[in-house]
Amino acid sequence: MAIEKFPVEAGHIMMFARAVGDDNKIYYDEAYAKTTEVGSIIAPPTFVQASAQFDPDYRLRPKIGEPWFGSGKEPTGVQQSSGGGGTGLHAEQHYEYHRHPKPSDVLTATSRPGQTWERQGRRSGKLIFSETITEYRDQHGELVVTARGVGVRTERPVEQS
Amino acid sequence: MALSARQLKVGDTHSEQVVDNLTRTQVVQYAGASGDYNPIHTDEVYTTKVAGYPSVFAHGMLTMGLTGTMLTNYVGDGRLTKFGVRFTKQVWPGDALTAKATVEAIREEGGQQFVDLQLSTVNQNGEEVLSGYASARIDP
Repeated sequence: MAIEKFPVEAGHIMMFARAVGDDNKIYYDEAYAKTTEVGSIIAPPTFVQASAQFDPDYRLRPKIGEPWFGSGKEPTGVQQSSGGGGTGLHAEQHYEYHRHPKPSDVLTATSRPGQTWERQGRRSGKLIFSETITEYRDQHGELVVTARGVGVRTERPVEQS
Repeated sequence: MALSARQLKVGDTHSEQVVDNLTRTQVVQYAGASGDYNPIHTDEVYTTKVAGYPSVFAHGMLTMGLTGTMLTNYVGDGRLTKFGVRFTKQVWPGDALTAKATVEAIREEGGQQFVDLQLSTVNQNGEEVLSGYASARIDP
């Protein structure tokens, strides 16, 4: 995956901060932000996850004119061979901040696969883990955030205890 | 307000309730802001009938984001250098989450002081839904 252009915008930061229940003025009040140590609005620590908005191929966003696997007339909009199969879930997420993104930054993101491993889960059958490392760089090519995500695919839905 | 090495000690904790009665609407809000529209988080029909779960559930990244709110309230804005988590249990509508940071180490690196924190977020039953770590720059 590569994202060629992830413009960091103040309105997007405000909406993201609201979604994670954070009313800190550093995320929306520019006049206040100027009086602080950081000197400008900055993005909350998990904001780079929203780069998905700028990934043209992101598969968890409905695409215009294409069937979507969520419900409409039917419980799913795509053909499924059998219901109740496994689910792709997020297992881990790690961030290293070289600095914190701010409005006017235009980031790029390049990802490469890391390790893959398997484990037998107690509540969901065989688990296949796969790691992705993503580097977010700014308009000057400087590294801003390094992210390492681990996804897991389960054999069947996670049993609820 | 940043933390100060002089005033911190190993074992110090900071905790906050980061959500009470998580609503499906907040999960929708997170889907819209993050761009992750996986229907298992927002589409009850798909999730119960096709995916095989009892209801929609929160994005792991929403739990991490909520935990991040506690974290930046504690260490100050722009101070985080590392933040990593494992998602250990699903989070459901109606859940109340409390996020806690515990000081594991206070150290100096290249003339700069840092704090290393251990993180844990639990639901209303005391079950851990997220475990992790963070590091932040602190004042002397």
